[in-house]
Amino acid sequence: MELVRSHILVCAGTGCSSSGSEKIIAAFEASLKEAGLDKEVKVIKTGCFGLCALGPVVVVYPEGSFYSRVTPKDAEEIVEEHILKGRIVRRLLYQETVQDDNVKSLNETGFYKKQLRIALRNCGVINPEVIDEYIAYDGYQSLAKALTEQTPEEVLAVVKASGLRGRGGAGFPTGTKWEFAMKQPPGQKYVCCNADEGDPGAFMDRSVLEGDPHSIIEAMTIAGYVIGADQGYIYVRAEYPIAVKRLKIAIEQARAYNLLGQNIFGTDFSFDLEIRLGAGAFVCGEETALMTSIEGNRGEPRPRPPFPAVKGLFGKPTILNNVETYANIPWILTQGAEAFAAIGTERAKGTKVFALGGKIKNTGLVEIPMGTTLREVVEEIGGGCPNGKAFKAAQTGGPSGGCIPAAYIDTAIEYETLTALGSMMGSGGLIVMDEDNCMVDIAKFFLEFTVDESCGKCTPCRIGTKRLHQILEKITTGRGTMEDLDLLEELCHHIKGSSLCGLGQTAPNPVLSTLRHFREEYVAHVRDKKCPAHVCKALMQYRITDACKGCTACARVCPTGAISGKVKELHVIDQDKCIKCGACMEKCKFNAIVKE
Amino acid sequence: MKSIEELKAIREKARGDLNLRQEDIGNNTRVVVGMATCGIAAGARPVLASCVEEVHRRGLTDVTVTQTGCIGVCRLEPIVEVFVPGEEKVTYVNMTPEKAAQVIAEHVVNHKVKTEYTIGANQ
Repeated sequence: MELVRSHILVCAGTGCSSSGSEKIIAAFEASLKEAGLDKEVKVIKTGCFGLCALGPVVVVYPEGSFYSRVTPKDAEEIVEEHILKGRIVRRLLYQETVQDDNVKSLNETGFYKKQLRIALRNCGVINPEVIDEYIAYDGYQSLAKALTEQTPEEVLAVVKASGLRGRGGAGFPTGTKWEFAMKQPPGQKYVCCNADEGDPGAFMDRSVLEGDPHSIIEAMTIAGYVIGADQGYIYVRAEYPIAVKRLKIAIEQARAYNLLGQNIFGTDFSFDLEIRLGAGAFVCGEETALMTSIEGNRGEPRPRPPFPAVKGLFGKPTILNNVETYANIPWILTQGAEAFAAIGTERAKGTKVFALGGKIKNTGLVEIPMGTTLREVVEEIGGGCPNGKAFKAAQTGGPSGGCIPAAYIDTAIEYETLTALGSMMGSGGLIVMDEDNCMVDIAKFFLEFTVDESCGKCTPCRIGTKRLHQILEKITTGRGTMEDLDLLEELCHHIKGSSLCGLGQTAPNPVLSTLRHFREEYVAHVRDKKCPAHVCKALMQYRITDACKGCTACARVCPTGAISGKVKELHVIDQDKCIKCGACMEKCKFNAIVKE
Repeated sequence: MKSIEELKAIREKARGDLNLRQEDIGNNTRVVVGMATCGIAAGARPVLASCVEEVHRRGLTDVTVTQTGCIGVCRLEPIVEVFVPGEEKVTYVNMTPEKAAQVIAEHVVNHKVKTEYTIGANQ
C-alpha cells in the first residue's frame, strides 16, 4: 500500500533545529521503519509553529495532536503508542491543549486563540522544501491570475486598496511605493527583498523564509510584473543558513516549474531571482546601504532623495520591501483587498508578526491583527512574565525603538500609537521586561549595539552614539550628574536631526523613550547612586541578613573568597573583594542573601 | 509552467495528499479503527489500510480515517466505528478489508448503515 494515512510534522525552523529536531526526524524515520510503517506514515519537515519556548514541536495528523519538547526517545514512544496503537501520548501533549480529560484544538489555546496567521499562514503547515505543497495551498495562484488575467495597473489597485504598509518598520504604504517605481520610464528596473533582519531578538523574517520561501518568490515576481522589472535580489544575512538553504531550494524548484525564468505562464513576462548574502553589518538593513552592498560596494547609506523608486540599485528604479510585506501579497491577491482591509484598524490594516522574547513565558513567534492591545499580547498570548514577576515594560523596534511602560499596556498596537509613545513598530521584535530589568542598563545595551554597528560615514551617528554611550556608562557607574541627563537629551535630538540614515536617526530612541517614561530611574542612579532594579553592579551590593544559618555554602562557592564567617554563625561579605557575581545568592538555601 | 491549468492540475494532485492536515476536522465524518494489540492481532491493519484506500479512491475530503486504542470487546475485533456528525455512532465488528470498503461505500457515502455488520447484529 502506498497510501499515506498519517503525517508527522516536525518543526525544522532554527529554534527547534537548535534543540535537536534533526535527530527527532531521524528517530521517527528509524522507528517507523522498524515498525514497518514507513510506507503509510510520512514524516514532514515544516517551518516555525511559533511556540518556540516549547520546542522541538511535533504535530501528528489527522488527529492534530500537538506534542511539545519532544526528544528522540519520545519519538519512539509516539510511534509505538500513537501511530501503532492509536493512543495519544498525553504526557507529551502541549499542556494547554489538555483540559478535563479532553484534548482541545490548538487554535483554542491562549497562545493561538488571539492570533491570525496571514504572513505565517503556511509556516508549520507545509513542507517548505516541496513546491507542490505550497501550490496545494493556493500557491502561485495569484501570480497565475495576475499574469494571465490582470494588467499591472489592476494588480497595483488591489495592493493599494488593501492598505498594506511596509512591515520593515517605517510603515510606508506598499502600493504607493510600487506605483512610484511603476511610473518611471520603461527600462531596466529591479525588485529587492530586505531579509537582512538585524534587530537583536527579532526572527520574523527568518521564520517566513524558513517556513514558506515560495510566498516571497511569488510576491517578488508579482512585484516585478507590476513595476516592469525582470530581475530581483533577495538580500539575506549569512547568519541564517537554514533560510538561505530553503530559499535556494525554492528558487531551483520555481525555475524547474518555469515559475521563474523566461515567458512565465506562457506570457511574455520574464523574471528571475538571485540571492545576495549579507556579511553581518546591521546598517545593511537600511535600504540605500543594502543596495550599495548588493552592487558589491562597502555597505554604506547615501542621502535620499533620490529615492530608490527613482534611482536605486545600479542607478535604476528599484522597489525594496521587507520579507513580511511580501508574504502578505499572495494572500491579498487571492482573498481580495477587502478581506485584508477588514482586518486591523483604521490606519493599519492586516496583521503584524512579532518575535516575542525576554521575560515572557511563551517565547515565540506570534501574528496578531493590528490594533491588538499590548496586554493581550503579553498576558494572554505570551502567558505573562515567568516566576510571578511584575511586567515593567515592552521594548519594540529593537535598537531603533523604545520602551512602552506598563502604564500603557492597554495601548492598541499600530504604527502611530507606538510612535506617539516614543517607540516604533519596527520590524517586530517585542522584548518583555520585568521588575528585575534596569531601564538605564537597557538603554546602554542598545546604544552599545548601535555604537558597534554605526557604519561611520556620518559624524552625528559615529561620534554622537559613542558619546551617548559614554554618558550612560558614567551614569550606570554612579559618576553621573543631573546635568548629564540634560546633555543626554540634547545630544539625542542633535543625532536624530542630523544623521544621514535611519540607523542614526533612530539610534537615540532607546535613550529618549526611557528618559521619558523612566526618568526617576535615571535620577536614582545619578542623585541617590542607587540602581532600583539592582542591575548596575557599581550601584548595588550583596549583603547577608540575619536569616543566615552559618551553613558556609556561600563562602565555599564564592570565587574570590570574599565571604567569611564561622560554622553556625552569621557570615559577612567583604565588599572590596566582592565581584558581584551572585553565586552566593543562588547557592543560599535560606534566602539570607539580598541585593540592595 | 505554461498555463494556469497546469498549475491547477498540480494543485489538485497535491491537495489530495494534504487533506490529512486539515485544521478544522470537527465537521468531518470520522472512521475510527481500533488499533490496540487485540485489534492488530485480529487484522486491524489491513482494515485500516482498506479504509484509507477507499476514502482516497473516492476522493472524499470530509472524511477522517483515524485510529484508537482498545474499545473493550476484543473478541469482536477488528472493530471500526463510524461517527457521522449529528448522528449516533455506529460500531462495526469482525471487520475485514472487504467489509470495511463496503462500509465506506454504503454508510459514509450513501448514508445507509450496514446493519448486518454492526455490533447489534453480531452479539
